[in-house]
Amino acid sequence: MSRRRHSDSENEGSQPHKRRRTSEPIEIEDRLESLICRVGEKSTSSLESNLEGLAGVLEADLPNYKNKILRILCSVARLLPEKLTVYTTLVGLLNARNYNFGGEFVEAMIRQLKETLKNNLYNEAVYLVRFLSDLVNCHVIAAPSMVAMFENFISVTQEEDVPQVRSDWFVYMVLSCLPWVGKELYEKKDAEMDRLFSQIEGYLKGRVKAHAPMLQVWTAEKPHPQEEYLDCLWAQIQKLKKDRWQERHILRPYIAFDSVLCEALQHNLPPFTPPGHMPDAQYPMPRVVFRMFDYTDAPEGPVMPGSHSVERFVIEENLHCIIQTHWKERKTCAAQLLSYPGKNKIPLNYHIVEVIFGELFQLPTPPHIDVMYTTLLIELCKLQPGSLPQVLAQATEMLYMRLDTMNTSCIDRLINWFSHHLSNFQFRWSWDDWSDCLTVDPEKPKPKFVKEVLEKSMRLSYHQRMVDIVPATFAALIPAEPNFIYKYEDESASSLPGYPASITVGNAIKNRATNEEILAILKEVPNPNQEDDDDEGESFNPLKIDVFLQTLLHLAAKSFSHSFSALGKFHEILKALTERDEGKLHILKVVYEVWRNHPQMIAVLVDKMIRTQIVDCAAVANWLFSQDMAHEFTRLFVWEILHSTIRKMNKHVQKIQQELEEAKDKLEKQQHKRQKDSGDEEDMDKNSEDEEGQLEEQIERLQEKVESAQSEQKNLFLVIFQRFIMLLTEHLVRCETGSVEISTPWYKNCIERLQQVFLMHHVTIQQYMGTLENLLFTAELDPHILAVYQQFCALQL
Amino acid sequence: MSVKLNALVSDSYVDVSQYRDQHFKGNRYDQEKLLKQSHTLYVGNLSFYSTEDQVHEIFSKSGDVKRIVIGLDKVKKTACGFCFVEYYTRTGAENAMRFINGTRLDDRIIRTDWDAGFKEGRQYGRGKSGGQVRDEYRQDYDPARGGYAPLSLPLHSPYSPPAPVICLLHSAVSTPPHQPCSKYLSGFH
Repeated sequence: MSRRRHSDSENEGSQPHKRRRTSEPIEIEDRLESLICRVGEKSTSSLESNLEGLAGVLEADLPNYKNKILRILCSVARLLPEKLTVYTTLVGLLNARNYNFGGEFVEAMIRQLKETLKNNLYNEAVYLVRFLSDLVNCHVIAAPSMVAMFENFISVTQEEDVPQVRSDWFVYMVLSCLPWVGKELYEKKDAEMDRLFSQIEGYLKGRVKAHAPMLQVWTAEKPHPQEEYLDCLWAQIQKLKKDRWQERHILRPYIAFDSVLCEALQHNLPPFTPPGHMPDAQYPMPRVVFRMFDYTDAPEGPVMPGSHSVERFVIEENLHCIIQTHWKERKTCAAQLLSYPGKNKIPLNYHIVEVIFGELFQLPTPPHIDVMYTTLLIELCKLQPGSLPQVLAQATEMLYMRLDTMNTSCIDRLINWFSHHLSNFQFRWSWDDWSDCLTVDPEKPKPKFVKEVLEKSMRLSYHQRMVDIVPATFAALIPAEPNFIYKYEDESASSLPGYPASITVGNAIKNRATNEEILAILKEVPNPNQEDDDDEGESFNPLKIDVFLQTLLHLAAKSFSHSFSALGKFHEILKALTERDEGKLHILKVVYEVWRNHPQMIAVLVDKMIRTQIVDCAAVANWLFSQDMAHEFTRLFVWEILHSTIRKMNKHVQKIQQELEEAKDKLEKQQHKRQKDSGDEEDMDKNSEDEEGQLEEQIERLQEKVESAQSEQKNLFLVIFQRFIMLLTEHLVRCETGSVEISTPWYKNCIERLQQVFLMHHVTIQQYMGTLENLLFTAELDPHILAVYQQFCALQL
Repeated sequence: MSVKLNALVSDSYVDVSQYRDQHFKGNRYDQEKLLKQSHTLYVGNLSFYSTEDQVHEIFSKSGDVKRIVIGLDKVKKTACGFCFVEYYTRTGAENAMRFINGTRLDDRIIRTDWDAGFKEGRQYGRGKSGGQVRDEYRQDYDPARGGYAPLSLPLHSPYSPPAPVICLLHSAVSTPPHQPCSKYLSGFH
């Protein structure tokens, strides 16, 4: 058992386990927790005898620790869904020995269910309801009352004017319990269950599934259809029903205790009305089921359950739950996955790999940070070195073969995963197997994928390594050496208009000239935009920026730190040069020109320039969509920069909003305090009035700041969407007039990148839907583009 | 109604290790507090040839990196196999401890640990020869870390390093690092 490590100034060094000088009851409570959480683990006796033993211990502790035990059991029901049947059995045994305790537990569960629903914890609510339904199998809850609860849930489908995701979720909850309790409920209440079924069927037929295409990892139906999650679950339950509820996968320890349990008295669930729809409710988003394997893929050993078998559902559900529970502890997570009960009857490695990739590729975003999956897969390979790496290689091969129809966002993640994974295994891969990518249009997904993988791999190693690891035939896909390209490199550039100035500026910088001196030099740089005889005005001089930045970055090219130092040292000059939007745009152009062979450097420089306000987010967006960058438009680094820029904008807004909230809280506390203390002392009143006045001023300033930041944020999205619409419309019109196929690799990339912006930033974009619909995504838009917007709206229906 | 189960909140990769920087200015309590709030990680067992670019690439996978300071040999002013990575958020650093610690960079298993925060001067190795202490008495030949230890002879070495070696931290420099160009030597990787 690991305890929270607390530092203590009295301790010598840092002892990992602080000695507890606390009283006995707390130690007993910890012990109870540990016993319950770890029941069945690492034991030589059977699970059943462990449960029997534990039930005896808990029964004896009930007089003194009943509430604690109730709370622990409620927690495991909510937080350890993968061990559902273990704990329902335990509760069943306790109920058989102590009827009152059983009743109190059920009541506590209902209270907990209400809490989770109130707090938008919908996934946990599903686990709680599933737990309750399995308690029917343990003779704790009477079947008819469970059916009644289900009927109340399904009645939500009759509600009007509620988001579809609300009724979806209640239907999902009921269906997902049936693998565990369908048999029992049908035996006791078949007429009611049939009625429930036809209600569900009717509802599912009427569902709108416009959101599904946006969430599919592959657009192709072959080899595995990417099914909408409720459709898939419904098919699985129907098949289970047809098989007369015969289900052999779920581990059911309570069967061994049947003679004891069926003597127990059952409780009735209190009537449970689902809470009404609240406007701020955040129901889970719909999903598409990820499938990449079927029974033909595991060459030997146990057969993989079919896509519409309930076993498949249960296995996937449990594996997802294990990851959810243990994702922070990669060794434990890997061990738990690999010791899945019943693993000898299924091709477990395939299921694990499928579930992990399913999460990694999940749209809009994976449930956990991407890098976790990379490290988890490495741990799994370590634990099963004889079998898992082969499955992983097979999976990678399959993913490569299906790249043509894979969603661009998912390809991004595959690129990042694969390159990082390879870097842990000396980049060993059978590249020759992929030589088919060399003979097709380099803009197609496969060669593009290999190119991006090599680029990312190079970032984790170095250029020569890439040359060494791939066959000579792949030379065209190897990235360029990440060298600086200096326009004013040598004498051959002497004819360029900026050349003389570049020498002067370069020397000035090396001799530590002041900013004023350098600005004076730059003033002398001729302006190619200006008429010879027109000395008036300060029209924008791109050459100034060009000369200064090229020279500066050249001097600082050695490393990121050198370049950051340079940007910091000459911040004043750079700000002066980029006062206007044209300046901001041009500075980005120059950065690209000099570092176009080192996209990683471009990204970090752009990041720094935004953070130090040399450029703003809108400038970056405009630059990425500009004609100058059109030839790079399908490269991954462009989109990484764009999304990083949007994220920075979002974080900026959040930060100021938080400052505002804190100031408001402070004011409230101050006012509250003043009311309480008023009349005590005149001086104090005056002081606190002053403070309040200051706070109010501060709040006003922050309010303005928030509004200005939000306005900038809205503008950023408008710029981005506007640019997308322009580019896509141009392409569509051109194709239609030329009667050419719309779906080029460029188009697929562009339209999916538009989707990606919606999906990755959906929380923020929600705020601006009205504006977007009125200004941009109007009915006049080409239906191809409008469809993306409509699919996005459908996600929240 | 329900409790946070201690048995389930395990996050051992994020826990503070037993190492404490003996040069830290302040008492143990202060140091502990800083470590628990820190956004900065010490990274060890780097190849001498690992670059800031590579460090940035891999550590960016867990969050936005604010600053990297490459550790330098105090005498030679060249990279000597460690660095500091500072994140904008605590979460970025935590995820690095969970998912990047113990994985490979440049074919070497790198190790991350919480750091109380970079201060000028901590970018230098504290070994007598200018590199890290751990390299002073190394018995093996490690081409990525300067070959043999600076003081030991390859043929025999009855010398055993003083224990514990954990009390000296080597820190990184703020002036831009000068990287050796020998990374492209063939045969190394």
